[in-house]
Amino acid sequence: MSKIAIKAENISKTYRLGEIGTGTISRDLERFWKVKIQGKEDPFLKINSHHTQHKDQNQIVHSLKDINFEIYQGEAIGIIGRNGAGKSTLLKILSRITAPTTGVIKIKGRLAALLEVGTGFHPELTGRENIYLNGTILGMRKAEITQKFDEIVDFSGVEKYIDTPVKRYSSGMYVRLAFAVAAYLEPEILVVDEVLAVGDAEFQKKCMGKMNDVSRLEGRTILFVSHNMAAISNLTSKSLVLEQGNILFYGETNKAIYAYQSLSKNKLSYLSTKKESDNIPFIKKVSVITSEGTALHQHGATLKIVFEIYAPTKIPKAAISFQIFNEMQIPCVQLWYFGTNQPFLTQKGLHILTCTIPKLRLYQGHYTLKVYFAQFGGDTFEILSEICPFEVSMLNQKRDFPWQAGACTYLEDSEWNIENG
Amino acid sequence: MNQSISEDWNLIIEPKKSLFQLNLRDVWIYRDLWALLVKRDVVSFYKQTILGPIWFFIQPIFTTVIYTFIFGKLAGISTDELPQPLFYMVGITAWNYFAACFTKTASIFKDNEGLWGKVYFPRLVMPLSTITSNLVSFGVQVLLIILMMIYYFSIGTRFPLNAGILLLPIFTLLMALLGLGLGLIITALTTTYRDLIFLIQFGVQLLMYVTPIIYPLSSVPPKYHFIIECNPMTHIIEGFRYAFLGKGACSLFSISYTTILTFVILGIGLILFNKAERTFVDTI
Ligand SMILES: Nc1ncnc2c1ncn2[C@@H]1O[C@H](COP(=O)(O)OP(=O)(O)OP(=O)(O)O)[C@@H](O)[C@H]1O
Ligand SMILES: [Mg+2]
Repeated sequence: MSKIAIKAENISKTYRLGEIGTGTISRDLERFWKVKIQGKEDPFLKINSHHTQHKDQNQIVHSLKDINFEIYQGEAIGIIGRNGAGKSTLLKILSRITAPTTGVIKIKGRLAALLEVGTGFHPELTGRENIYLNGTILGMRKAEITQKFDEIVDFSGVEKYIDTPVKRYSSGMYVRLAFAVAAYLEPEILVVDEVLAVGDAEFQKKCMGKMNDVSRLEGRTILFVSHNMAAISNLTSKSLVLEQGNILFYGETNKAIYAYQSLSKNKLSYLSTKKESDNIPFIKKVSVITSEGTALHQHGATLKIVFEIYAPTKIPKAAISFQIFNEMQIPCVQLWYFGTNQPFLTQKGLHILTCTIPKLRLYQGHYTLKVYFAQFGGDTFEILSEICPFEVSMLNQKRDFPWQAGACTYLEDSEWNIENG
Repeated sequence: MNQSISEDWNLIIEPKKSLFQLNLRDVWIYRDLWALLVKRDVVSFYKQTILGPIWFFIQPIFTTVIYTFIFGKLAGISTDELPQPLFYMVGITAWNYFAACFTKTASIFKDNEGLWGKVYFPRLVMPLSTITSNLVSFGVQVLLIILMMIYYFSIGTRFPLNAGILLLPIFTLLMALLGLGLGLIITALTTTYRDLIFLIQFGVQLLMYVTPIIYPLSSVPPKYHFIIECNPMTHIIEGFRYAFLGKGACSLFSISYTTILTFVILGIGLILFNKAERTFVDTI
């Protein structure tokens, strides 16, 4: 049996929303003056005190709840879960950026974390200078970098610009250089958050290849967070599924992905738990009306998406938009309504907004919605992720060969002409 | 599955470290980062300004000229019989270094929010590299002082050069540590009181007036002596003048007082910073 690389015992993390005290010295002084010296009521106390107690409980976010796991040396572990499940929090604790609220993590070997690509890059410095700076920020010694310098530059593919300030780089080059530094960190344990979502396809492939080498050939331990199930299943053999701060499943990746996907499978519509008495604008309900009336939709048929929105007052410039994501968490469609032709949410109350897609061209597969509710150029009220899952089927389409899963994202109308010469 | 109980772990992550566990060893491990951050500061300063290193000179020269005119000529404040420009220049150079260490350290959390939320390294490396990189402009200004002294020497002014010059590195170190310590205290407090940072610029300016920059300690009426002498920067500035120009109050007592106070402030700063550092990223 191989040795343990990471052992986490009873890890939890709670965040307090809002500050202790009022957050500014002038307000604390004012409060002190009013309450202690003049004997007036605390001007910053919430008005109904029975409400404050309720508020206080809401102000604590349990981001991780009593988590236990063990990771063996040389394993590649995927970490999956919906937005806000606690994935990044777990990585931040592992990388010592923030301390856990309870519990202990024991680590064997040097651990390096890559939560963001290009952390600490300085725009005025050249590529060369940034390689050194970024490398040392990530925990390398200078001599180590000098030794690997040529390989890093080679991997990044930006040799020509190595002595140019990085502010003149295209964003793609920037990411390449940054990832190249991280790729040559060579720690015993590498922890990576969703950093590969950037860069072009070719480079992403290169990164995945590098990560694969790191785990398979070099036998290092990798923890990898992603919403991209294809990447997770390629790279890892075991995965950890987080759901609202708990471990839902920890084991074989195939089963983990299944567990993760079935999380959201059985809810065709989204229903908010918020109440109108909370006096905030919110999306009360989102439903997808498919051609089959179940979670199944025929390719090419009309799809309707209905939003029920509650507004406590008139909201000028209200805007709603949504994306349709496929199984690989790639957004395939984005549509929006900014009320340009006919404003909505013009008065207090419930409003119903229906979006009709006359001919849905999405390829067969499983899809979910991500909905944004905001004020154009102002506040974002709500973002709902991975809601209303539905499946598109192409059984009604004429086909010359079996449809391949993931062959494309949508079908285009087309005409073919033949000219015989 | 039968791994021994006394496994030797490289790292144990726990909720609470002791207040006094400052991880200075970690700082040492990251000494290359310290050096590269200093280089970054200096290089990016060069590249961002058209005039580059000339900036190091312009600011103190102009300040000296203005002080000479206003405080020297118009107000006629004593300069201990020293040439006025030289008197001010020495005070300004030392004060600028202290003020830079102090204010830059005081905003260290604010300036590094983005970075510190994404990567771990011993946080103390950042303020340490700041006080080190400020040494560059300080050094350039000291060079300017020496040039001015050579000029005054050539026109017949004599400076009683003495062993005090050997104390210069010690005064510089004390200044850096004092600025660091005060800055760490303030920056730790800014995690709770965000508006404190706005008071700093103002506070530093006020502090300057209770430090003998534009006047020598010897010209202060005796009844105020005590107040001015409580200020540790007083002794450093006076010591500086003594070291360069041979005039100024410098005694074993003043040096010991300043040293002890500096280390007390630095100790408090380190402890508060260490405490704030742990929860800081949660509140960004
Ligand atoms: N500094 C913070 N203060 C308060 N709450 C926080 C803080 N950081 C994270 N949270 C909360 O903790 C929960 C978990 O967040 P986390 O970033 O770990 O999610 P995630 O799984 O990485 O999500 P995503 O897929 O969107 O990246 C969320 O509810 C989030 O709002
Ligand atoms: Mg995340």
